[in-house]
Parts: sequence; structure tokens; C-alpha cells
Amino acid sequence: MADRAFQVARLPGFNTIAIMVFVMLYLPIGLLVLFSFNAGPSVAIWEGFSLQWYPKAWGNEQVRDATIRSLIIASSAALISTTLATMAALGTTRRKRSPGQTMIYVMINQPLMVPEIVTAVALLIFFASIKVATGYQGLGYLIAAHSAFCIPFAYLPIRARLEGMDLTLETAAADLYATPWQTFRHVTLPLLMPGIIAGMMLAFITSLDDVVISLFVKSAGQETLPTYMLGQIRRNITVEVNAISTLLLGLTVIMLTVFFLLTRKQD
Amino acid sequence: MATVKPKPAAKTERSTWLLTAPALVLLTVAATGPLFIMLIYSFLEPGQYGNVVWKFSTKAWFNVILQRDIFDGTLTWADAHLTILWRSVKLAMTTTVFAVLVGFPTAWFIATRTPRMRLFMLFLITIPFWTNLLIRTFAINQIIRNEGVLNSFLLWIGVIDAPIQIIYSDFAVFLGMTYVYLPLMVLPLYAAIDRFDMRLLEAAYDLYANRWQALRRVVLPIVKPGLIAGSILVFIPALGAYVTPRILGGGRNMMIGNFIDLQFGQGRNWPLGAALSVILLIFVTSMLILYVRFVNRSTDNG
Repeated sequence: MADRAFQVARLPGFNTIAIMVFVMLYLPIGLLVLFSFNAGPSVAIWEGFSLQWYPKAWGNEQVRDATIRSLIIASSAALISTTLATMAALGTTRRKRSPGQTMIYVMINQPLMVPEIVTAVALLIFFASIKVATGYQGLGYLIAAHSAFCIPFAYLPIRARLEGMDLTLETAAADLYATPWQTFRHVTLPLLMPGIIAGMMLAFITSLDDVVISLFVKSAGQETLPTYMLGQIRRNITVEVNAISTLLLGLTVIMLTVFFLLTRKQD
Repeated sequence: MATVKPKPAAKTERSTWLLTAPALVLLTVAATGPLFIMLIYSFLEPGQYGNVVWKFSTKAWFNVILQRDIFDGTLTWADAHLTILWRSVKLAMTTTVFAVLVGFPTAWFIATRTPRMRLFMLFLITIPFWTNLLIRTFAINQIIRNEGVLNSFLLWIGVIDAPIQIIYSDFAVFLGMTYVYLPLMVLPLYAAIDRFDMRLLEAAYDLYANRWQALRRVVLPIVKPGLIAGSILVFIPALGAYVTPRILGGGRNMMIGNFIDLQFGQGRNWPLGAALSVILLIFVTSMLILYVRFVNRSTDNG
């Protein structure tokens, strides 16, 4: 039976196309990673294996500055957006729908629906006047913008986790005279933790990868790693960019794997 | 659930608002609110060195499609703007169509594997989806640029004498966008095909349908929601793409996203940039609303 169904499901040419897609999906990334280990200065002609580009990239002061700045922004944005998203998830899940619910969902998911360039330009306009009015040019704008667009990414896994938790344990805690805070601190929060960590990681990756909004919001001299890399493409690109990309890719793959493990084991 | 003491409705509602307020405030300040300010800016006059002059004007909106000759004041179509708008729509549509053509077989292939293999392949599709779009576009750039992997290879084996110019063309942008947005097509299509009962296909063949008839009359109507979801998910970011056309299209093959950027840089026409952004926003929002309507209607029927 299973064998027959398999035959039926087979459509001519589909397997070839699918395998080509998988190859084409990974070939460019694979080559980019491969050439980060190139002994020569080319991103297209292989001259032997070498690790020289990694220390070279780190030795570049601009790269180091941008990396530290990106990490500060991504950690702050992840922390802020996850805190706000956790509160919002607690306020919108496992309770009777209140009239404003749809509006709240639309607001929270708004950054996913509006094209990034539009948000970026709108923020440029808004922050430009604030920069003039207050004279403040710091990282605060980037952190605020990143925290805002990371909220939906943090919210979704937290909400999914909450929806999978029933209220029996919390009810039991309340029956045993736990105060609402104690119940939250010792029952809800520990149960919710995998969702919160998953959300925080998605927010961190999203912030770390962002280029369009950072490009428009940053003040002079506030390059993040992606905006620095985008600036490099205009010049003759060096293998340094491949080395940075490889490290970023590695970080993403590690975080995604942890994310999958965390969200897969719901029970 | 039944054992929970019911809270008074008013109290529940108040706590909903209290808990969501911080998130909503941040989103209003740093995401939604600025969109309204942008709308206001589209009705102002451009300042000489960027920014705006606070004087009401509909010129920016007018200039989106029309231009007035500086000498004799005649009105003509703003060809440059229309070309860019048309190129954006055309490229986003070609990308979507091609993503369907290769995404459907891929989703079908994944859905017909063993459960374990399926999970692994979905993971393979998801990784590029979450990895940095900039890096993926870079990867394409390094392959197709004149001194890139492809040209170096072809020169080395002697097929060509001079590099083929692929990069900085509409084709390069199309190629790059298909590459970066394809996972957005495969995932919803997979979800739809996964629910498809293969016995229906068997029945179709038993009733002497050929492969094409079975695909068109049996499979397509059932996976249509996934097809539409995938198309929307690809078309919307493709239409508003900024990074991919910038890296692969260069200055001459701009899309609307790059054109908006230009108004805030060299163009020094913030109101025009704001008006173009509002147009893009309205376009995307209406597509999303149509999509939500479609989903609601099909779930009502089913």
C-alpha cells in the first residue's frame, strides 16, 4: 500500500527540480564559507587553505567596533523585546477575548507586515527631528527601533508555549495559598522559560541580521556589522567579509538548532 | 480550565491592557507612529538640503506619476518614476512565478518523503530562511560578478574569453530574489501538500486522468491556499526589496525601495520619498487584507 501510494505521488521531473533546489540553496553559501578559508586574496580563485582572514578581520578596528556595537544593540533589543513580548503574551493568551484583542494582534505583528524600507524611512523622518530637538545622537535610537521590530519575533514562540500550558498547575498553586506573584514566579515563569529563551534567540538573530532599518536610523559613525559589510561591497571586497559572514552564519545555525530543540519538546 | 475561579470581566480586561501597554507604547513610538508622521511629510515641500519645509503641498503626490516641464509648463508622464515602479512590479511578479515553478516540485518532493526525512529537509529549507539576507545576497554576488566564481570557472575551462556580464542587470536581481525568498514559497506549499490525501490522486488516475489533468483538477484546487499564501509571502518582500537590488542590480536597475532611499540621499526630496513609501505601504496592506479575506472565506466554506 505504502509502496503504491509512493508511486502515485511521483510526478515526472519533480525529483530532479527538488534536488537541484537543495543544491542551489546551499551551493552559494557553501562557496562563501569555503573561500573564507582561502589562502589568497580572491573570493573566486582557490589558492589553498588558510585561517589568516579570521585574525585579519578581527585586527581591523572598524570590524571590531561594528561587532561590539552590533552585539550591544542585539542583546539590548533581545532583552527589551522579550520582556515586553512576555508581558504581552501573558496579557493576551489563556483568557477571555477582550474587545481590543484584534487591534493588539495587529499592532504587535505590524513590523512583520510593513515593508522594511517603509519602516526605515518613517523612522529616519521621525528620529531626524528628535535628533535635532534633543541633540542626542547615541545608540538609543537603534536600540528602540530594533526592540520594536523584534517584538513579534519574540512574541510568537512565547505565545505558542503559553497556549500549550493549561491552568491546572497555576490553579493548584493558588489553592495552596500562593499569592499571584508567587504563582507567577515559581510556576508560570519556569514553565514558560523554553518559550522565552526561544523568543529571545529569534529576537537576537533578527536584530543582529538587520541591515535596512539600521542603515536609516544610525547616526554618523554608528556602523553595525551588516551596514559595515554592505558598505564594503561597493569597494573591492576582500575575504574578510567572507570570514565575518561565516562566523555570523555559524552563530545563526547554532541558535536555530537550539531553538528547534527548545520548541520541539513541548511536553 | 473549569476549576479556575472566574475573574470579573472588567478586571481581566484591565490586566490585558496593563500587560500589553509597554509593548504597544514601544511599537507606537518606534514603528507605527512614525508611519503617520511620514504621511504628513508627504504633503510638505522639500527642503533645499534634505528634510522638509513646513508648508502644505500636494506636489510630491503629483510628482509620483506626472512632471511639469520647467520651461513651458507642459505636463508629461514621469517616465523615470513609472519605469522604476513597473520594474518593481515586474521583477516581484517574475520572482513569484518562478518561485512557484520550482517551489511546488520541491514542496511536493519533501511531502512525499518518509517522516524523518521530511523533518530533516524542512530544517534544510528553514536554515536559509533565518540566515542573514545580506549574506545570502553576498553569496550570489560572489558567484555572478565579473571576477566571480562562475566567470572564473568558465574562463579557466576555456568556454569563454571574456567574463559574461550577469551582475547589475534585472536578471541578476530576479535571480537573487528567487534565491533569497524561495523558502517563503516552499514552507506554506509544503504545509498544504502535506494535508493532501494521496488517495485522491490514485482515484483520479483510476478514472483515466492523465498526469496533467490530475495535477490541475485534483491537486491544485486543494493546495491553492498554500499556493496563494506562498505567493503573497514572496511577492510582498520582493516588491519592497532593498538589499538585493542594491547589491545585484547596481545603480541603474533600481527598484522602488532603492528609489525611495535615493529621495532621502542625493535626491533630497523627502516628501516624494514619503509619498512613494505610503504608496508601497497601501499596496502591501491591501494585498494582505485581500489575503485575510480569502483565508476567512475559504475557512468558512470548508
